[in-house]
Amino acid sequence: MKINGAQILLRALKEEGVDTIFGYPGGAVIDIFDAIVRHFSEDFKFILTRHEQAAVHAADGYARATGKPGICLVTSGPGGTNTVTGLATAYMDSIPVIVFTGQVPTPLIGNDAFQEADIVGITRPCTKHNYLVQKIDDIAHTIKEAFVIACTGRPGPVLIDLPKDIIQAKAKFDYPKQIEIQTYKPTLKAHPPSIARAAELIREAKRPVIYAGGGVLTSGCHEELLTFVKMTGFPVTMTLMGLGCFPGTHPLSLGMLGMHGTYRANMAVNHADLLLAIGARFDDRVTGKVEEFAKNAKIIHIDIDPTSIQKNIKVDVPIVCDAKDALEKLIEALRQEGQSEECGECLKSWHAQLTAWRNEQRLRFDRTTDIIKPQYVIEKLYELTNGKAIISTEVGQNQMWAAQYYLFDSPRTFLTSGGLGTMGYGFPAAIGAQIAFPDKIVIDIAGDGSIQMNIQELATVKQYNLPVKIAILNNGYLGMVRQWQERFYDNVYAHTDILVAPDFVKLAEAYGALGLRATKTNEVEPLILKALETPGPVIMDFVVDREEGVYPMVPAGASLREMILV
Amino acid sequence: MESRHVISVLVENKPGVLARVSGMFSGRAFNIHSLSVAPTMSPDVSRMTVVTYGSEAIIEQIIKQLRKLINVIKVQDLTQGDYVDREMALVRVKATSSKRADVLRIVDIFRGKIVDIASDSMIVEITGGAGKIEAMIELLTPLGILELIRTGTVALPRGRKSTRYSEPSE
Ligand SMILES: Cc1ncc(C[n+]2csc(CCOP(=O)(O)OP(=O)(O)O)c2C)c(N)n1
Ligand SMILES: [Mg+2]
Repeated sequence: MKINGAQILLRALKEEGVDTIFGYPGGAVIDIFDAIVRHFSEDFKFILTRHEQAAVHAADGYARATGKPGICLVTSGPGGTNTVTGLATAYMDSIPVIVFTGQVPTPLIGNDAFQEADIVGITRPCTKHNYLVQKIDDIAHTIKEAFVIACTGRPGPVLIDLPKDIIQAKAKFDYPKQIEIQTYKPTLKAHPPSIARAAELIREAKRPVIYAGGGVLTSGCHEELLTFVKMTGFPVTMTLMGLGCFPGTHPLSLGMLGMHGTYRANMAVNHADLLLAIGARFDDRVTGKVEEFAKNAKIIHIDIDPTSIQKNIKVDVPIVCDAKDALEKLIEALRQEGQSEECGECLKSWHAQLTAWRNEQRLRFDRTTDIIKPQYVIEKLYELTNGKAIISTEVGQNQMWAAQYYLFDSPRTFLTSGGLGTMGYGFPAAIGAQIAFPDKIVIDIAGDGSIQMNIQELATVKQYNLPVKIAILNNGYLGMVRQWQERFYDNVYAHTDILVAPDFVKLAEAYGALGLRATKTNEVEPLILKALETPGPVIMDFVVDREEGVYPMVPAGASLREMILV
Repeated sequence: MESRHVISVLVENKPGVLARVSGMFSGRAFNIHSLSVAPTMSPDVSRMTVVTYGSEAIIEQIIKQLRKLINVIKVQDLTQGDYVDREMALVRVKATSSKRADVLRIVDIFRGKIVDIASDSMIVEITGGAGKIEAMIELLTPLGILELIRTGTVALPRGRKSTRYSEPSE
């Protein structure tokens, strides 16, 4: 029996185990939406966001929280162009998102037809791969390829552009169970000699540091990492993307490193004699001045993407493979050498040094004020959720404070736009995570600027009655930019004052959600408790100290040693 | 530290592949000195020859980034071994009857060909390595070059080393 392209698409999604689609309708995809309601209403939960950008971020948040690909469906032209920021966000952070766009019918392509955009051309540099389907017989195969490419190797977003005549044309449904893509073969297994060399360096190290990134989460090797740390006593610092891949409360967690990293993490990297980089890419926000980064250390770099290796920094032992494979083999190599399962007294003086650095400079803020300190809000959120919430963030100071003060113990509980730094990411990402985990507490830690970039999604949480909580650290500024202006631009606050803003409490109410406001430190705890008790969506508007800054801070391009401490 | 590299890239012959390759170069601020593309013996595979300049680290990135593109089948830096590279130029040179002999002499030396003659000009065709082509252009310049077009470099490794699709890569 022949079915149309729309149904082929939806059956293929079913084959892939998809049960949730985020999207927004329009003329070019009306047949697919029609099929969803008429023939597949039992199969998919469809989430109608109020902006296509939010649909992609929601799919991305769903993917980050679950490890499964996020699926998004939008119309041609403006529907497609609205997905660009979402795709670029997912691309920079290696998140498997698959976006289906409608396209004008094939005979009209290139004619400047109504709602035509060359979305494949536009998104080529911000997708892992993309496709324009030109024949009905290609749909199924293309979808299979898209899933393989999005989810394997170094994951990333894939876009499939579907012309309306292809969506309407008919063919037999024939979905490949497995395919080989001749030109796409990620290297998954570590090269044994590299493992042997790495194991040797690991055994010799006196001042080792593990530098763990998002790749540990992608690879799902947090257990192996924990085992490895137990055996070796190596301390772990994480990138922003890596938070949660190693328990933040573990005594050997150094917290985040880099521009707003902890003093002890940056000092440790500086003094290390061995840096074991796992699924991290030596981003400039991490390294500061590259020439000075981990200057005294031999570097082992495990990454599945060959282009990440030797890109920013020369490393001594590159290992291209799935991080899980490398860790398993390293653990095995250590065991064969007779390494015991518990480190015990090992690396004692290094551990003592790490503790000394910790005590020398802790993360801190003024705890005596009546006016709310933003860090205090995060601390309270951490405490009152027992550290068990899924936290998404916007971008700016709010994001950095969340990274510093919420200790993530489990993988896939921290959703943040690390690479692209997309304001407006956090709220829709929280929606995606809440859809995946209806019973978990999901909180978007937001800035007053960022939240306004996708505030329309209050309608989405209302419609689906999603209990997403938004905590706005309301400083009346584009705070992170203001902080740079304070530090490096003589306090000239050029266009960063955003005191003119909606009343967020009333705004929440306008959308049928609950809005709460705190203006004094002692109001913070009761407000959070009230929000957590509320079954539906809540905006918590914390009016915080306007000029609080994020510290420590390494100025852009400086060495990690040059931390501004307060 | 910057040196010339001739990179041979086998790609799937599909729409948009050239844009993917050239977009990767421009998006990452790598330079393309010249680029030529045409189908191979197998109609669904094209070969690109890219000439680029860069430090060792940059060339390593270029090659890895090319390999990362889904439609790329095989990438080889021909400058790592022995190879033959050629380009072609067509040169319209001023040649009134009194100067024709001069032009012919130069063309002869370089084993070029005259492919068009008009009353006051001729078109010269020349094939060779970049050095040879530049040398001839230099000699023709005093006679008056009216127009000039050069192809990008095409190249193959010498000997039996094949860059064909069927061979296992690397
Ligand atoms: C879409 C987008 N535009 C601009 C920026 C640049 N930017 C980075 S942080 C920031 C300020 C964010 O302000 P707010 O959301 O209030 O957060 P705060 O830093 O005050 O916590 C800006 C404008 C960005 N990251 N994303
Ligand atoms: Mg702000």
